[in-house]
Amino acid sequence: MSESTPLLSVRHLSTFFELSGNVKAYALEDVSFDVYPYQTLGLVGESGCGKSTTLMSILRLLPPNAHISGQVLFKGVDLLALSEEEMRAYRWKEIALIFQSAMNALNPVMRVDEQILEAILLHRLLPREQAWQRVQELLDLVGIAPQRGRQYPFQFSGGMRQRAMIAMALACSPSLLFADEPTTALDVMIQAQVLELLKNIQKRLGLAIVLVTHDLGVVAELCDQVVVLYGGKVAEYGSVDAIYNSPQHPYTQKLLEAFPDLHRPTASLASIPGTPPRLTDLPSGCRFEPRCFARLERCRHEPPALREVGEKHYAACHLLEEKENLLE
Amino acid sequence: MGSGNYLLRKFAFALLTIFVVVIINFVLFRILPGDPVRAVIGRNVKISAEVQQSLREQFGLDKPVFPDQFLMTIRQWASGNLGVSWSLRRPVAEILISKLWNTLLLIGLGQILSIFFGVLLGLLAGWKRKTALDAGALTFSLIAWATPTFWLGIILLAAGSTWLGLPTGGILSPQNVGKPLHTVLPDLAVHLILPTLTLTILYLGEYMLIMRSSIVETLGEDYILTAKAKGLNQWQILWRHALKNAMLPIVTIIALNLGFTVSGAIYIETVFSYDGLGKLFQTALTKQDYPLLQGAFLLLAVSVILANMLADILYTILDPRVKAS
Repeated sequence: MSESTPLLSVRHLSTFFELSGNVKAYALEDVSFDVYPYQTLGLVGESGCGKSTTLMSILRLLPPNAHISGQVLFKGVDLLALSEEEMRAYRWKEIALIFQSAMNALNPVMRVDEQILEAILLHRLLPREQAWQRVQELLDLVGIAPQRGRQYPFQFSGGMRQRAMIAMALACSPSLLFADEPTTALDVMIQAQVLELLKNIQKRLGLAIVLVTHDLGVVAELCDQVVVLYGGKVAEYGSVDAIYNSPQHPYTQKLLEAFPDLHRPTASLASIPGTPPRLTDLPSGCRFEPRCFARLERCRHEPPALREVGEKHYAACHLLEEKENLLE
Repeated sequence: MGSGNYLLRKFAFALLTIFVVVIINFVLFRILPGDPVRAVIGRNVKISAEVQQSLREQFGLDKPVFPDQFLMTIRQWASGNLGVSWSLRRPVAEILISKLWNTLLLIGLGQILSIFFGVLLGLLAGWKRKTALDAGALTFSLIAWATPTFWLGIILLAAGSTWLGLPTGGILSPQNVGKPLHTVLPDLAVHLILPTLTLTILYLGEYMLIMRSSIVETLGEDYILTAKAKGLNQWQILWRHALKNAMLPIVTIIALNLGFTVSGAIYIETVFSYDGLGKLFQTALTKQDYPLLQGAFLLLAVSVILANMLADILYTILDPRVKAS
C-alpha cells in the first residue's frame, strides 16, 4: 500500500446512544478523517467530546444501545458493514488498542505472558511453540525481562503494565494501533518512556497510530495530523503544523492558549469558560457557540460546515466564511 | 511471600481459633446448672452420699476446675473421647460420627446441586441481563431465598408424597434397615429426593443472586473490553476472562455455607425425619444432654473453622493476588 492511499478512511461517522425514556445522546456526528500508513493522527478535545467513542465506534466495541452509521473503510473494506464474526477477525489482528488504564485493562488473575499468547493463538498466527517464542520477543521489545511475563499484572508497576499492554497490542503485528490516552495514568518520567517506546515501535514496524489525548504537548511531539473534536463534531482537522501555527477555529485557538508555552513560562494560562454541551441537549447551531468569544448571530441556529482553509486543513466556523466574504 | 508460608499462617490461625472454641466450650458447660452425677445415674434413683462422692472422684469432679479438670478435658478431647451421652448412654464421638455420614450425604448432594445450578443460572442471567431469562431467574431466586425452610419442606413433602408416592421420611424403608448398603441404594435414592430438592432450592437462590451480581460487575471491567478488542467471542470472554474473576465471591459463600451445613439441616432433617446431625442436635437440646451438646458444639465450630480454611486455600488457587497481600 503506497503512503498516499489512506489505511483508514472514516466517513460521516455518527454514533448515538439510546438511553432510557426514549432519550438519545448524540456522541458523534459526521466525523470524517483519514489515517495514512507510518503516520500518527491525534484526536484531541476535552473530556466527553467523543474521542474515545470514535475509536470504539470504529472497532464496534460499544454497548448494544449504541447506533453507529457512516463508513469506516479499512484497506478498502467497510468495517461497519461486516458481520460480528467477520469483524472479530479484524480486531487485534489488523487494529489493536491500548487503553488509558493498563491497571485494569489486563486480567488480574491471568499471567501476563499468557494474555499476550492468547491473542496470537486466537488469530491462529503461529503454532504454540513459536507463539511462545514470539511472546518472549515482544516482552523483550518493550523492555520487560521475558521471565517476568510469568508474573501477574499486580506484580508490575504502572509503566510496566502499559508496556506489557503495548507488547500485547503488537502481538499480531497490526497495521493500525489505537492508543486511548496511553500515558494519562502514568507519572511524567514514565510517560516520556512510554511515548518514546511508541515512537520507536512505529519507526521499526511502520505502524499507523491514532492517538487519543488531551495533552497537546504529546500531540506536537508524536502526531502528523490532528483532528480537534468538540461536542462530537470535527471542529478542525489538519496537519500538526497547520493546527499549531495557524489555528482557525476559536475552540482550537483557546485550546492552544490553555496549554503552557515554554517560551512564555510566566504567562498565565487561558481557560475556556463553561463546559462542553450535554449530548442529550445539544445546541441547535454551532456546538461551541455558548462558550465562543467571537460568536455571531447565525451561530446560534445554523451549524457551520467544514470548510477548506488551507492545504488539507479544514475548520467548521462561520467566521471563516464571513472573512472570505469580506475579502471578496 | 510464598504460598506455603501463607497457608502455614492460616493453619496456625485455625488451630488457635479451635483452641479458643475449646476453652469457651469448657467454660460454658461448667456454668450451666445441673449435677453431672445426678444426670448419669438418673434423677429418681436414691443412692448414698458415699457412692455419690466416689462417683465424683471417679469423674475427677472433686478436683479444682482449673487446672486439673480443664487439662483432663483437653487430654480426653484430644484423644477423641468426648464423654458419654446422658440420654443415649453411648460415647458422644461414636454417636456424632454415625449421624455425620447421613448429614454429609444429604447436605453434600444438596450443595453440589445448588452450586451447579445456582452458578449456572446466575452466569446466564448476568450475561443476558435485562432479558426475560434474567427477570425469570431473578424472581425465582428471590422467592427461593426468602422462603422459610420448614414451609418449603412441608409443601414439597405433601406434594411429593401425595402425587408422586415418594416416602414421607427417614433414610431407608423399615424392611431395608441393616442390609448392606449397595443392595439398598435405590431405596436410599428415593428417600433422598425430597429433602435434597428442598435443600437445593433453598441454596440455589443465594448462589444465583451472588453469581449474577458478580458476573454483571465483572463484565463491566476494562479487561473484558480488552478481551473483546482482542477478537474473542462471547463464550471465550465469559469462559476465559469473566468466570474465574466472578467466581471469587462465590467461593467465600460456598465455603461458609459448607461450615454451617452441619447445623443447617436441622429444619430439613426434622421435617423429613431424616436421621442426621440436625435431628440429633434437636434431641440433645430438648433432653438437656450436656455432653452430647458439648460434642455437637465442638463439631460445629471445628467444621466452620475448617471451611474457612478451605476458602483460604481455594482463594490462593483462584486469585494470585491473595498470596502477596
